[in-house]
Amino acid sequence: MDISTQHTDAAASPGAPGPAAHQRAARAVARPGDRIFIGLTRGSGILLLVIMAAIAVFLTYRACLAISDDHGNFLTTFEWNTGLTPPSFGIAVLVYGTVVSSVIAMAIAVPVAVAIALFLTHYAPRRLSGPIAYVIDLLAAVPSIVYGLWGALILVPHMNGLFGWLDKYLGWTGIFSWNGGAPRSMLTVGILLAIMILPIITNVSREVFRQVPRMHEEAALALGATRWEVIRMSVLPFGRSGVISASMLGLGRALGETMAVATVLSPTFEIKASLLDSGGGTFAQNIASKFSEATEFGRDALIASGLVLFVITLLVNGAARLIIARRKEYSGANA
Amino acid sequence: MKLQRKNRRALALGALAVSGALALTACGSDDTGGKDNAGGGSSTAASNSSIKCDGAKGQLLADGSSAQKNAIDAWVKEFSQACGVQINYKGGGSGAGVTAFGQGQVAFAGSDSALKPEDVAASKKVCSGGQGIDLPMVGGPIAVGYNVPGVSDLVLDAPTLAKIFDDKIQNWNDPAIKKLNPNAKLPDLKIQAFHRSDESGTTDNFTKYLKAAAPSDWTYSGGKAWQAKGGQAAPQSSGVAQQVKQTNGAVGYFELSYAKELSTVAIDTGASAPVKATVDGATKAIADAKVVGTGSDLSLKLNYATKADGAYPMVLVTYEIACDKGNKADTLPATKAFLRYIASEDGQKILTEKDYAPIPEAIISKVRTTIEGLS
Amino acid sequence: MSDKQRPSSLRGASLPRWTPWAIAAGSLAVAIVLGLAGGLHSRVQWGLIAAVLFVLGTYGVTARVEGRRQAKDRVVTSLVWVAFLIALVPLVSLVWVTVKRGVKVLDPYFLTHSMGVVADTEPGGGIYHAIIGSLEQVGLATLIGAPVGVLTAIYLVEYGRGALARSVTFFVDVMTGIPSIVAGLFILSLMLMTKTQPFGFAGSLALAILMMPVVVRSTEEMLKLVPNELREASLALGVPKWRTILKVVLPTSLGGITTGIVLAIARIAGETAPVLLLVFGNPFINTNPFEGAQSSLPLYIYQQYANSAGEGAAYDRAWAASLTLIAFVMILNLAARGIARWKAPKTGR
Repeated sequence: MDISTQHTDAAASPGAPGPAAHQRAARAVARPGDRIFIGLTRGSGILLLVIMAAIAVFLTYRACLAISDDHGNFLTTFEWNTGLTPPSFGIAVLVYGTVVSSVIAMAIAVPVAVAIALFLTHYAPRRLSGPIAYVIDLLAAVPSIVYGLWGALILVPHMNGLFGWLDKYLGWTGIFSWNGGAPRSMLTVGILLAIMILPIITNVSREVFRQVPRMHEEAALALGATRWEVIRMSVLPFGRSGVISASMLGLGRALGETMAVATVLSPTFEIKASLLDSGGGTFAQNIASKFSEATEFGRDALIASGLVLFVITLLVNGAARLIIARRKEYSGANA
Repeated sequence: MKLQRKNRRALALGALAVSGALALTACGSDDTGGKDNAGGGSSTAASNSSIKCDGAKGQLLADGSSAQKNAIDAWVKEFSQACGVQINYKGGGSGAGVTAFGQGQVAFAGSDSALKPEDVAASKKVCSGGQGIDLPMVGGPIAVGYNVPGVSDLVLDAPTLAKIFDDKIQNWNDPAIKKLNPNAKLPDLKIQAFHRSDESGTTDNFTKYLKAAAPSDWTYSGGKAWQAKGGQAAPQSSGVAQQVKQTNGAVGYFELSYAKELSTVAIDTGASAPVKATVDGATKAIADAKVVGTGSDLSLKLNYATKADGAYPMVLVTYEIACDKGNKADTLPATKAFLRYIASEDGQKILTEKDYAPIPEAIISKVRTTIEGLS
Repeated sequence: MSDKQRPSSLRGASLPRWTPWAIAAGSLAVAIVLGLAGGLHSRVQWGLIAAVLFVLGTYGVTARVEGRRQAKDRVVTSLVWVAFLIALVPLVSLVWVTVKRGVKVLDPYFLTHSMGVVADTEPGGGIYHAIIGSLEQVGLATLIGAPVGVLTAIYLVEYGRGALARSVTFFVDVMTGIPSIVAGLFILSLMLMTKTQPFGFAGSLALAILMMPVVVRSTEEMLKLVPNELREASLALGVPKWRTILKVVLPTSLGGITTGIVLAIARIAGETAPVLLLVFGNPFINTNPFEGAQSSLPLYIYQQYANSAGEGAAYDRAWAASLTLIAFVMILNLAARGIARWKAPKTGR
């Protein structure tokens, strides 16, 4: 339902075509050229669906081969030994690691990205905001492997100070206790992912904030609102759904990030209560690091874990769409 | 109309980009041998003459153990310059190599452990009328490197090592370590034990040693994946070495060639003196090994619990895996020539320069005979 | 400041313009003193303390002088500035480190030679083979992904109604979120089933899968911006619908579509994970993407890094290749901006 809402929304907005009217016209005069063209475009659409279906089917097939031979419980086993006879592997640690690192990344990146987007659209001097927006555009396209190299070289050594401080003052919570090991933990991964997805979320949010009707803002200003009140009353409500979909884009990247995680995490197959002690792992990182030595069976097992990641991504996307569709009714945004 | 003119301009730009890319294709070069500013260059001219090419040509695809990557790199350099054959050795890992070999994707594979029965069965499909065989070619000591300020000589024995890597000994001033190093000033520092995060033949051989020499302290079944709990992980030997270098109180295991600026542990094997991780020590330990392969297969059984004087027990032997009969006709000459070269005296001599251990004469001579029989 | 008089009843008291700077300087000074006294070594911590002091100080001073509402406004302003500056630190550091480390070995020799027989541990060698591999793989991926993406977008905007269009819209959204490694695994499982050897084009296929949804999304947005009047005028003249789309709608939105495609190319050019699984890697030049192992820039960076132990020749090469890759992405980005400015549709905004 949400889909159709969106579509009619888009169609009804002034700049967009009214598909319904043309459709009738196109059907009235069905020329061969038209038929070929419709066939081509519809064919591409169907091709996309076929690809998605094929991905699901092939991954499931390979995954079934592996899971049926798994001697541990695929969902709860805390190890990944596909080379043993009998093999025993499970995704519990990976689910935990993937979710935790992404949550940390989102918790840091979303507020900061929204702040930067506001800065660029509402605070920064015009001369400054142009070049900075360009640089951030560029950073959004920096390959993740480069973030990984940078993380291992610069970020990890700098985390020592932060970790020491967290351990000293917040160590009693258990979440922030630190055993003094190398700071290659879930928190480091989360921070690196946050830095990585920050430009993407900023970019999209900035575009959304720029679309806020000038009238709304001017009206608020005329009523004597301060700049913050203008933003709170007119900019944020308008941009909310856009910011959510931007965040989902970032979350998608964070969930599936491989190389950046693999270079800064010290992976072990255990769940640590503390975010500061090294250990844990994520789906994508586990696939990349185990893949090369894996036998054919081991590869099937990794594909099975890839399938789970695929399903998680699907669920997150679906949830996001639901949220956006619901918000839209209140905000009137058509992002 | 205006739009169309612009389209044409876009087209022209596109054409320019494409032709530019094509022009770029023409100017690259594989010839990197000329810029020879690396060590070992001096030996190039001397050894080239002894390489027999036998009409080898084309490109050879190979994959396998990353432990021998540096050795293969050195050999490929000499061999390619002499014969003009491109050898693409990926070093993706033993498992990847054996799998690729079983699927017929590579001419030969490198593996840190001998073929398993099911691998041999898979290889029979690829080698028409023959099967894959193990040819021991590269030996290597697995060094245990550490980073403890103020401690330059450290002696450990197998039970202590096992306890350290199993998180049972957690501090450098533990009595067990003190007992083995009465003269060292051991600091009150937490031990950070690093292991490999990826599956690896190095882990396999390291834990095999622990299991053979300290069975009561190392209770895990062993294998390519690290099984003990605790400790920290890093990818590849280079990653472990990098972490040990960066982290105070760290200890980790890797091939000797990665231990350049690190202190390594001397092992108390029960011999008259503790043994340092050296090339000679490894060769001595490999000399203690028995050939257990049948037919033309030359897989070895290493004696990890060796107490021979000067023998360093933690060793890794990398096998090259090829078909004894039924190698593909187009890759056979190159494969044979390359294997012949690396098994030759010149080839084995290069190993010592790169911190690998040559295979003892008794075994390598059998390897040479087998290579001549490859078809 | 506190003894400042209210000038008139209509205007509230306001702080002089230099106040934020003064508070910033003050909090920085206090932070440095605190840092020195507290023995904090990391400059980053000093910066963080200064930032916290700045926000608190601003709130305190403004609340006293200008009132709560103004104070809140100022705090948000300073928060936004602080967030921006804090975020800038890692991002600038990333660019700086890449450039500084990258220029070490980046020279014409590096760009025009392959690794050939140079061992990972030795200096020398280059990335020519990786550049060729990347260009071919990304080029082929674009040849597949861009037309499919554009046609799908045309279908969705111009024709799409009913269940098919709805499901395509939904799955395009889902596809945007496919982790790159999953796309790689998919092609890999196909390859394992057909017992194919690794080759460059396999990488292209995975990249095309990643590219399609991005292209669909951006093209859709662009097509929606084309004013309906243009379509109607053309149709009213008796032009068939397909010619209307080809001759009126597409040319009008060409700039935006091209920008979207170029940005999608930039996105896939840096993908490591799928390439890692599919193209094998090759130190020699292989110009044929349909047969034999190839290399690619991200794969090359990863391999050099993995074999380097964080120093030495391989590490330098990894950074130089990173710089090359970023430069490539930057050029694409600039091109996209140029095209966008050159052919921007007149939207009225």
